[in-house]
Amino acid sequence: MTSRPGAPVVEMHGITVALGGVRVLDDVNLVLRPGEVHALMGENGAGKSTLIGALTGTVPLLAGDVVVDGAPTTPTSVARSRADGIATVFQETHLSPHLTVAENVMIGHEVRGWFGIDWGRTRERASAALAALGLEDIDPRAPLSALSPATKQLVAVARAIVLEPRVLVLDEPTSSLDADEAARLLGVVRRLCDQGVAVLFVSHFLEQVFEVSDRMTVLRGGRVVAEYRTAEVERAELISKMLGEDIDALQALRSQRLAHHYAGSGEATLRAASLGRQGVLEPTDLELSRGEVVGFAGLRGSGRTELARLMSGAERADRGELWLDGARVQLRSPGVALRHRIAMSSENVRDDGIVAGLTVRENIVLALQALRGWSRPLSRGEQDAVVDTYLDALHLSADDLDRPAGELSGGTQQKVLLARLLATRPHVLILDEPTRGIDIAAKLEIQRRVARLAGEGVAVVFISSQLEEVVRLADRIVVLKDREKIGELSNGPGVTVDTIVEMIAADVDELDELDELDPGDS
Amino acid sequence: MTTLASSRPGAPSPDRVPSVGRRLRVDRRYLPVVGTLVVFVLLLVVGGARYDNFLSVGVLANLFINNAFLIVLAVGMTFVILTGGIDLSVGSVLALSGVTAAYLLQAGVPAGVVIPLVVLVGSLIGLLVGAMVHVFEVQPFIATLAAMFFARGLCFLIAPESIPIDDETFVALASWDTWAGGQWRITSSVVIALVVVAVAFYLLHYTQFGRTVYAIGGGEQSAKLMGLPVARTKVLVYVISGTCAGLGGLLFAMFSRSGYSLTGVGMELDAIAAVVIGGTLLTGGTGFVLGSVLGVLVLGLIQTIITFEGTLSSWWTKIVIGALLLVFVVLQRLLALRRS
Repeated sequence: MTSRPGAPVVEMHGITVALGGVRVLDDVNLVLRPGEVHALMGENGAGKSTLIGALTGTVPLLAGDVVVDGAPTTPTSVARSRADGIATVFQETHLSPHLTVAENVMIGHEVRGWFGIDWGRTRERASAALAALGLEDIDPRAPLSALSPATKQLVAVARAIVLEPRVLVLDEPTSSLDADEAARLLGVVRRLCDQGVAVLFVSHFLEQVFEVSDRMTVLRGGRVVAEYRTAEVERAELISKMLGEDIDALQALRSQRLAHHYAGSGEATLRAASLGRQGVLEPTDLELSRGEVVGFAGLRGSGRTELARLMSGAERADRGELWLDGARVQLRSPGVALRHRIAMSSENVRDDGIVAGLTVRENIVLALQALRGWSRPLSRGEQDAVVDTYLDALHLSADDLDRPAGELSGGTQQKVLLARLLATRPHVLILDEPTRGIDIAAKLEIQRRVARLAGEGVAVVFISSQLEEVVRLADRIVVLKDREKIGELSNGPGVTVDTIVEMIAADVDELDELDELDPGDS
Repeated sequence: MTTLASSRPGAPSPDRVPSVGRRLRVDRRYLPVVGTLVVFVLLLVVGGARYDNFLSVGVLANLFINNAFLIVLAVGMTFVILTGGIDLSVGSVLALSGVTAAYLLQAGVPAGVVIPLVVLVGSLIGLLVGAMVHVFEVQPFIATLAAMFFARGLCFLIAPESIPIDDETFVALASWDTWAGGQWRITSSVVIALVVVAVAFYLLHYTQFGRTVYAIGGGEQSAKLMGLPVARTKVLVYVISGTCAGLGGLLFAMFSRSGYSLTGVGMELDAIAAVVIGGTLLTGGTGFVLGSVLGVLVLGLIQTIITFEGTLSSWWTKIVIGALLLVFVVLQRLLALRRS
């Protein structure tokens, strides 16, 4: 890079990627300059990891070109991108558990002596890279599997920097680090940057991004929606860019706004008292009343899904209590929760919800059958009655009934899942991102259904990263940030998306909050 | 959990006095091999206590001589199993190599041509298997099962009956031996087996190829994302295993002075048993080639003890090996569970 100081080291133009027929990146441009930390921002599914995959050759390009140092290149493998001077730390730590720490740091670029690998010098280099990250205490001969998740993450970073790359790509490098470790890592990133390395940084910790980055690109739905200099952007503007909806879609939905706002009976049906789990969620108090829609708002990783999982038995709380209709309950599993009439639909329908190989009919009766016990199978007549009820209510097509659920669109799958949960007649219904990735019509369908359910006396939790949706639907909004509840809003005429955004943006206490994460050391 | 050494590497630390406990502590990765070593010593002690002349140099030397071909097979198998694969074809490839050698020698082809040729036959079958596993993503179990039937069928095609070998050069090579330190007899097949072991050890621990083998066993996806040459390495381990099987066939032909299409039926399972008893995890990623050698020696020693016993049916060998295998697999599981 000495020949062209200041010139971009990586230029990506018109990057388009399709996975399974869906365009997950559409005409994206990205420029990385030496000595600059470039943050990639966006919600889940915005295409950040795909863009990194496109740069490192793990995702095939449909269109677009990549230029490194002014020379066009075709990223086809991680090895190739490394040869171009691009080192990547992927979101999931990819190391070999059976090898030692030093071997993991150095594998693929061990120091060679006259007799193959020179282990002494190889370990020395590994130790030097580890020491730069404050890991001088680690025995380079220790097996990787003996380390905590946080230390493994730092070892992965050490592996990336040991080759002195010109471009360093970090995808969520701080997700399991505590405050000190994160600060030290950010310090190393800054130092590398001062030495002229170009850094691409992805993190859902907003404050870290503001601390370390010079420039940011915001992705939404696979497109670049904005590019900023970090010093010139307001947090609120950034958040609304990340969460914003298409204007057309907004207008279509706004006309459907439902005036169902419910005056709570004041009596909680489900009450969480200091409910939390080490490393997952800070102790949280929350009450859900019958006939009320409570929205959880927050960015990805804010703890909204975690709170929902703790309240529905999908994950066990290790602190706090849960009270249902005045009696304390222990939700050891989703099955127990279901018997208490608490039902939850998961964020990831395809993996955690729908059984792709079963038909729509079988998927719908699944939870009801589980509730009855396998010794008392639902007769065909009973099945038909249940299925018919929800077929009409959710506008499912009768033709689809005997098709495998895996063949259906995301929106239909969501509706099938909703039908399954409704068939158990829940008193508390928790919906995590029920409208993500589905079309407007299906979205409206589900929103309408949620409002009607609340009218029938069900306590509904509605989670969505589209704040408009939350504001439109919820009677009360619980705002979360960095794995902690930071406030509650009673929805009313004065509450808008901006109210929530400002609340999240105002809650700036730097990296202190990270202290509460589990460092995971054992 | 394991306590990490808390001293800075390279920096002088006055409190780091190696205590007895520290010196005796064994790296957990070596535990399975140490277990095998303990079993080996126990077998020696039991045999020595029960039978006269058991603890003699001759018995130990014969252990190597009689199992040289199995050592070579187990070495090749170790590479495959370290990547998380399996090679069921080695027994048949061994037979194919032996039959081919005998057939060609009988036809008058000089030994200098035959020997490299039959080893290459093994490499070629390994290459085909590797291509099936890598390019067409066939499970190693199925790919090598196909190769196993294929190679066995070829043996019968070449010669259904046993062919004696009387080529002078070959016989001379087969009967070459020397005395290392008095009573210890070493044959040419033992020398070849030990060279194979040394080369394998070097490859696994001192080359990038070897480290990649271990990394693939720890997680193929991870290895890819670490930028390692996964494709090349995966094909190469089957080539190595095939080559070792070809060489094993040669050693077996030297041992039996003949080539017969029914040799080595089930021998792939002996090789797998030796590798597992030697402490290599079937899931891949951990294990040592020296452990596999020790595994072969344990199997051989069990056989020797049963021969010494005299009255016992040789099928008892299988029963003891089965029991031992079970114990080792359970122990490995326990170790893995305690780790996580």
